[in-house]
Amino acid sequence: MSETSIKPKLASTSVNPLAERLKLTLNYDELSNCIRCGFCQPSCPTFKETGIEAASPRGRLALMKAVVDDLMVPDEAFREQMDLCLGCRACEPVCPADVKYGQLLEQTRDAIEKHTEHRWWVKPIRNAVFKQLFPNQKRMRLLGSALRIYQRFGIQGLVQKSGFMKLLPDTMSQMERILPEASAKGVIEQLGTYVPASGGRKPIATVGMFRGCIMDVLFTETNINTVKLLSEAGFDVVIPEAQNCCGALHAHSGELDQARELAKKNVDAFRTAGVDYIISNAGGCGALLVEYGHLLHDDPEYAEAALNFAENVKDVSQMLMEKGNIPQFAVKENGSGHERVAVTYQDSCHLRNVMKAGNAPRDLMNRIEGARLVELQGADRCCGSAGIYNLVQPQMSMDILDHKMEHVKQTQAHYLLTSNPGCLLQMKLGIEREQMSEQMKAVHIVDFLYENLVK
Amino acid sequence: MLAESIRQQLRQIVGEAWFKDDPEALVTHSYDATPMVQNLPDGVIYPHTREHVSEILKLANEHRIPIVGRGAGSNLCGGTVATEGGIIMVMNRMNKLIEIDQENLTATFQPGLNTKEFHLAVEALGLFYPPDPSSMVISTLGGNIMECAGGLRGLKYGTTKDYVIGLEAVLPSGEIIRTGGKLYKDVAGYDLTKLLVGSEGTLAIITEATVKLLPAPKYKKTMLAMYKDIYAAAKTVSAIIGHQIIPATLEFIDNPTLRVVEAFNKIGLPLDMEAVLLIEQDGNDMVQVERDIEAMTRICHEQGAADVKIASSAEEATKLMMARRSALSTLARIRPTTILEDATVPRSKIADMVIEINKIAKKYNVQICTFGHAGDGNLHPTCTTDARDKDEIHRVEQAFEEIFDAAIRMGGTITGEHGVGMMKAPYLEWKVGEAGIELMKGIKRAFDPNNIMNPGKIFAKESRKRLVVQR
Ligand SMILES: Cc1cc2nc3c(=O)[nH]c(=O)nc-3n(C[C@H](O)[C@H](O)[C@H](O)COP(=O)(O)OP(=O)(O)OC[C@H]3O[C@@H](n4cnc5c(N)ncnc54)[C@H](O)[C@@H]3O)c2cc1C
Ligand code: SF4
Ligand code: SF4
Repeated sequence: MSETSIKPKLASTSVNPLAERLKLTLNYDELSNCIRCGFCQPSCPTFKETGIEAASPRGRLALMKAVVDDLMVPDEAFREQMDLCLGCRACEPVCPADVKYGQLLEQTRDAIEKHTEHRWWVKPIRNAVFKQLFPNQKRMRLLGSALRIYQRFGIQGLVQKSGFMKLLPDTMSQMERILPEASAKGVIEQLGTYVPASGGRKPIATVGMFRGCIMDVLFTETNINTVKLLSEAGFDVVIPEAQNCCGALHAHSGELDQARELAKKNVDAFRTAGVDYIISNAGGCGALLVEYGHLLHDDPEYAEAALNFAENVKDVSQMLMEKGNIPQFAVKENGSGHERVAVTYQDSCHLRNVMKAGNAPRDLMNRIEGARLVELQGADRCCGSAGIYNLVQPQMSMDILDHKMEHVKQTQAHYLLTSNPGCLLQMKLGIEREQMSEQMKAVHIVDFLYENLVK
Repeated sequence: MLAESIRQQLRQIVGEAWFKDDPEALVTHSYDATPMVQNLPDGVIYPHTREHVSEILKLANEHRIPIVGRGAGSNLCGGTVATEGGIIMVMNRMNKLIEIDQENLTATFQPGLNTKEFHLAVEALGLFYPPDPSSMVISTLGGNIMECAGGLRGLKYGTTKDYVIGLEAVLPSGEIIRTGGKLYKDVAGYDLTKLLVGSEGTLAIITEATVKLLPAPKYKKTMLAMYKDIYAAAKTVSAIIGHQIIPATLEFIDNPTLRVVEAFNKIGLPLDMEAVLLIEQDGNDMVQVERDIEAMTRICHEQGAADVKIASSAEEATKLMMARRSALSTLARIRPTTILEDATVPRSKIADMVIEINKIAKKYNVQICTFGHAGDGNLHPTCTTDARDKDEIHRVEQAFEEIFDAAIRMGGTITGEHGVGMMKAPYLEWKVGEAGIELMKGIKRAFDPNNIMNPGKIFAKESRKRLVVQR
């Protein structure tokens, strides 16, 4: 091809390895199912922010299809567009043609990952994070201890004062401030691997608690509260020690093989533990757990077990509402002395769009005596956290967050509840950015419920 | 292909970020909701003001560059596909609701405003803007005006053209014209407002519009009539109109459509019925609304309805209407390619048309599901097929040709609300005749002598031969 041709010749004559990979990876039938009606567009946060077709689900699908159809070569812009997608999957439940966008995105990211030359310093970091750290609970614990020492001994203050944080982008330093205190001891270290239904009652069912990786280091308290709540609601709780990271961050970052390995270990761990249900308290993890069936569907050894596993995954709110003896909740102290405490709720996209359990948290909140649920306008819209999205796409993430906070302010709530650690941190960040920490607190719904449990 | 100097000038007009011609932009503006048509434009531009539009058009006119206006790209006639290349002009940055005038009962807005958002704003004031295309969650008002979109309430309240009373439009020369205004009466010369409505971006770019509003009807009741016999359902439509009752909505849904709609919406639609009618009446007089609903219930039974159910709550009614709105896209669940047509007949002919469609589908061995705004005589026979099966697609084309022909024979038309675009262009002559086409071409020349406005739409290079020459 001559260098001087002005017309953007979209299809290249030479073989493009990423294009070839995409042709192999992408499910063409699924791509063809999109009738380009555009119904998905109003629910897409990146389309809302940019107003650009390419940054919408319909646009991204068209780009994928154009590559497979040899209409365009996947270039840097293509990759960037796929990266810009939050993976919140708000586009799925509204799609009347039932296009499995999430799966297509995963396939695309997997192909991109296999053909991406990361900059020299990114590779070892990715390697460390995805292959060495997350899959290994012991290492996560160690990281937890390190983080704790760092936070405890004032190094945090020192670093903050030293101005080092100023060198990092704004978001990073804000992030630093809202990070919860890490714990050196996880849920098993604190409660053991078995907690029976409270009060010596006959259990309704035996549930396996999925403790997560980051969750168990940064939100150990929430994990502990989850177990106690489940026990209060009449379940025997088992926390299999052999479980590991769910693999969501891997799957969403294009490390599908690694995600599959992690999935298999979890399937084994919970199978061996002999539980009736697998309970997650993080929408992001739960959503991948319910998709294990799909993730391992062509693994002859695991396909069936994975499907079985997936069918029994439930979010803690869902489990309480659907099967539990729902305990009594009452807010002890009132926000401003006399009126009822106002609580509002930011959906976890994955809990809502993938696990389809967006009602359960609301139903629970409505049962809390003395609390008033104020619906957050646009609660069903992603907060911009989306896994590690807020770190890799800080600009878009903060744009989305700032718009979100406009609605949050209107609720005048005292508590902003969420169902996912990423969203929780993002909401804390939002409150910090708006300097609203005097009036409002972001809390995981499990912690709020446990706090207000009538014992 | 755009010369570098032109690209530079375009960037100067709208700003660096708002003119794009990278592969990503071109690919994502090569299609709309119309199946099986796609073509790459040479550039995509996002004007922000009427002055932008004017300067862009002037430049394009001078250099004979095709300009294709685009709202949300939800049209079904290939209206925003750049068949001859050129520039796609995306209007979604011009999306302000300028004013809702409660004294004059009018609203004025920019064309990129989302239809649903507009509805919500109007309804918040207790007012009512009837045109409600099923695509309103994504469509823009500019797109609605250019296609003269209809919807579920067309029967009683009319379509977009009955509401647009004033326009601001930019001609290809760059000149800005204003037609009509906040006036309910205006006979000063030819009615350019009405001429522009439904002109599919072939005459001018709309930059502002004024529409009239109605007070919102106070009461509303929704019912569902169910039939074991498709012909009986279709006959009921004519019977209701024949009894001089004009419901707000009178929709027809056949069994295959019913099945997929139920699969997506899960609201308990009766799957054992051959067809249902979704009927809604509204008004300010509750007694009258109830009387109409009772009368229609009786007529449905007389015509052979197996069952008639009245929605018990507003919520149930909304669900029914939502389900109906999703019909087209849910049909896409059956097979990958969904081709929806838009044949319209006089209302007394609805039953004959439904029978005819089913006969034709059988003849060509293709699957056609039918639903539509039966009350306006506007049916949407929808074929579920697979673009990759060339042989089948050929049969689909033949079947549709025969359906258009049947519609025209019954005194109907080739499109009731989706427009001609590139898809129906070869058939337009069947409807308006040779002299009609020539007259329309004359109008087109008067507006757009260089044929830069959405070329290749409405007027075909060649017309299809009529299957049956009659009339
Ligand atoms: C699922 C589905 C359901 C639908 N239901 C209905 C229905 O019930 N009733 C109905 O009538 N239609 C329906 N449609 C068709 C379509 O939604 C309508 O035609 C709608 O009005 C198009 O609006 P848009 O903003 O998407 O316009 P686009 O598709 O972007 O454009 C439509 C036409 O207008 C031109 N145009 C757009 N903006 C301007 C402007 N500012 N100036 C000049 N020209 C302009 C374009 O060039 C094109 O010719 C449906 C479509 C889908 C996909
Ligand atoms: S809603 Fe579904 S079918 Fe429609 S454009 Fe979006 S992904 Fe495609
Ligand atoms: S996953 Fe979320 S951000 Fe990505 S296309 Fe869908 S709605 Fe948009």
